Amino acid sequence: MRRFALIAMPYAWLLALFLIPFLIVLKIALSDYALSIPPYTPTFDLSQGWQGVRDFFAALDFENFVFLTTDDLYWKAYLSSVWIAAVSTFLALLVGYPIAYGMARAAPEWRPTLLMLVILPFWTSFLIRVYSWIGILSGEGYLNQFLMGLGLIDAPLTILNTNIAVYIGIVYTYLPFMILPIYATLEKMDDSLLEAAEDLGCSRISAFWLVTVPLSKTGIIAGCFLVFIPAIGEFVIPSLLGGSETLMIGKVLWEEFFNNRDWPVASAVATVLLLILVIPIVLFQRNEQKQREAEG
Amino acid sequence: MAQPSPQQVFAPWEDPNEKPLIEFRGVTKRFGDFTAIDDVSLSIFRREFFALLGPSGCGKTTLMRMLAGFEAPTEGTILLDGQDIAPVPPNKRAVNMMFQSYALFPHLSVWENIAFGLKRDRMEKDRIAQRVDEMLRLTRLEKFARRKPHQISGGQRQRVALARSLAKAPKLLLLDEPLGALDKKLRQDTQFELMDIQEKTGTTFVIVTHDQEEAMTVASRVAVMDEGRIIQVATPDVIYESPASVYVADFIGDVNIIEGRATPVPDDGEGRVNVAWAEGQPPIRGTTRRRFETGQKAWFAIRPEKIAITQDRPEDAANAVRGKVLDIAYLGNISTYHVELPTGHVVKAQTANTRRIARRAFTWEDEVWLSWTATAGVLLED
Repeated sequence: MRRFALIAMPYAWLLALFLIPFLIVLKIALSDYALSIPPYTPTFDLSQGWQGVRDFFAALDFENFVFLTTDDLYWKAYLSSVWIAAVSTFLALLVGYPIAYGMARAAPEWRPTLLMLVILPFWTSFLIRVYSWIGILSGEGYLNQFLMGLGLIDAPLTILNTNIAVYIGIVYTYLPFMILPIYATLEKMDDSLLEAAEDLGCSRISAFWLVTVPLSKTGIIAGCFLVFIPAIGEFVIPSLLGGSETLMIGKVLWEEFFNNRDWPVASAVATVLLLILVIPIVLFQRNEQKQREAEG
Repeated sequence: MAQPSPQQVFAPWEDPNEKPLIEFRGVTKRFGDFTAIDDVSLSIFRREFFALLGPSGCGKTTLMRMLAGFEAPTEGTILLDGQDIAPVPPNKRAVNMMFQSYALFPHLSVWENIAFGLKRDRMEKDRIAQRVDEMLRLTRLEKFARRKPHQISGGQRQRVALARSLAKAPKLLLLDEPLGALDKKLRQDTQFELMDIQEKTGTTFVIVTHDQEEAMTVASRVAVMDEGRIIQVATPDVIYESPASVYVADFIGDVNIIEGRATPVPDDGEGRVNVAWAEGQPPIRGTTRRRFETGQKAWFAIRPEKIAITQDRPEDAANAVRGKVLDIAYLGNISTYHVELPTGHVVKAQTANTRRIARRAFTWEDEVWLSWTATAGVLLED
């Protein structure tokens, strides 16, 4: 009985805060747009009895999903989101791996401090941190002033309101999620493995590629998913730092919902986004499980 | 040990024409203020199974890591085959090491672990496969080639580590506490296996251990270390029978050490010395090759198995003392008796249990005689 209660808790949580909201969104996605409050039909009307339930289900259709395929805006937005998320993930890996490596190789008494520094940005609001990048990246921003001050460039670079600014924003925001799992795998690694590799004829560099990288593989995969998954649906960063060319599904969703007030189409967009995300989430879970098995 | 021919005993260290494979010349290693190795000079010869023995922190591992190339000497030179190896990085040395933790690559199979070093030499694929199979056969691991290290037992892992370090046919193999992680029974079997493999491959082995029994079993010569210095280098029997100092005598095996003052017996040519050790007791009669002055402080060391324990005073014994049985440690094959002398000294004497325990001649509180011959013990200076 106690065991059942323990298992029931996370399931109840998921049911109340994920499954039920998802079913509501799915239902809206299958409804039609209407000028009313709420802005869609049909609504559930229990006063009509059984007939009302049948009418309700008869009125639901996949029209909105079909609509998503007719306008190329949507699939382009999905594709562009995946692309931007993938590029950002790759950049975050390039930046995050050396940081995690440096942390894991640092003297043990320094590691808690370094770990703290990685987590420190979370103490400030995410919105404020992304907003402050505008001040750094804009035409008269600190970065351009700095580069012009050094005489490296004559005219300010246009970074803000381009995809580059979005990459910078995503890499900056999600970097800790890349660093932490990689650090966790590197820190556990036995140093004598590297000595053994050297002893058997590896140079330092080939020992890194043949031993360190394969052994941190699970950390790399976990970090990549932890960045990639939230980055796909990212809305704040592209809308604050991106420009008109930046097409991301989070932004499209926002516009459908708040500008067009077309809840059914917005819900359909959200449902498809969720389905796209299921693939990397399942892969992520499998990676975690594999790691546990390897350790066990 | 490895013997070139049955008649000739393997002892290259006694041949002045033999060139050592490894030579430490005045090597000192400091870590900051701490001196880990203090002016060590040492020669190790081809085909030797050489043991570095000492308590933890005595510098034996540092000495080995200098051979592998992971540490550089602060002073002095290390020669391998007459060449100074200081400028050679670990990946270019013809030296391989078997790590205490085994350091097997967890993401690679047993086969790939053994092939790791060979692949780095850009050897042809066929020859790699051939060599790996040879190593698998040598260490009896054929069945486990495809397994990952976490899928095999501790003893098998130990053999993979050995196979991997032997695969490149190094001039010198270093073994860092190779059997430390195994249980006692497996350790003893593996010791003989190691000796067997050493003999088959003809590789020079240097083993680091804190287990004196292990060092005595496997090694052709043992270097006893303490606080960064080498106290004695000799064959196991010499280390045991003629330790150079009280420290060595005490570290190797069980020993009774009695402090006293020496009086050489003049002009007898056999080096006889009497040691006065307690008021009212006859002096201990011993022999030594060392020179003692009259009244010089001396330590008489004798192994428990060299002391006989009897009911009555033996008539022809050079040394005999009376005492009371304080304690008996029954170890199955042997028993160690702790006998208290009237002077308060407690002396350990060992006898083989040739009779069943119920028929044991002595028990607690029994009055007994301990006796030993004049040559049974050794006399040590400070």
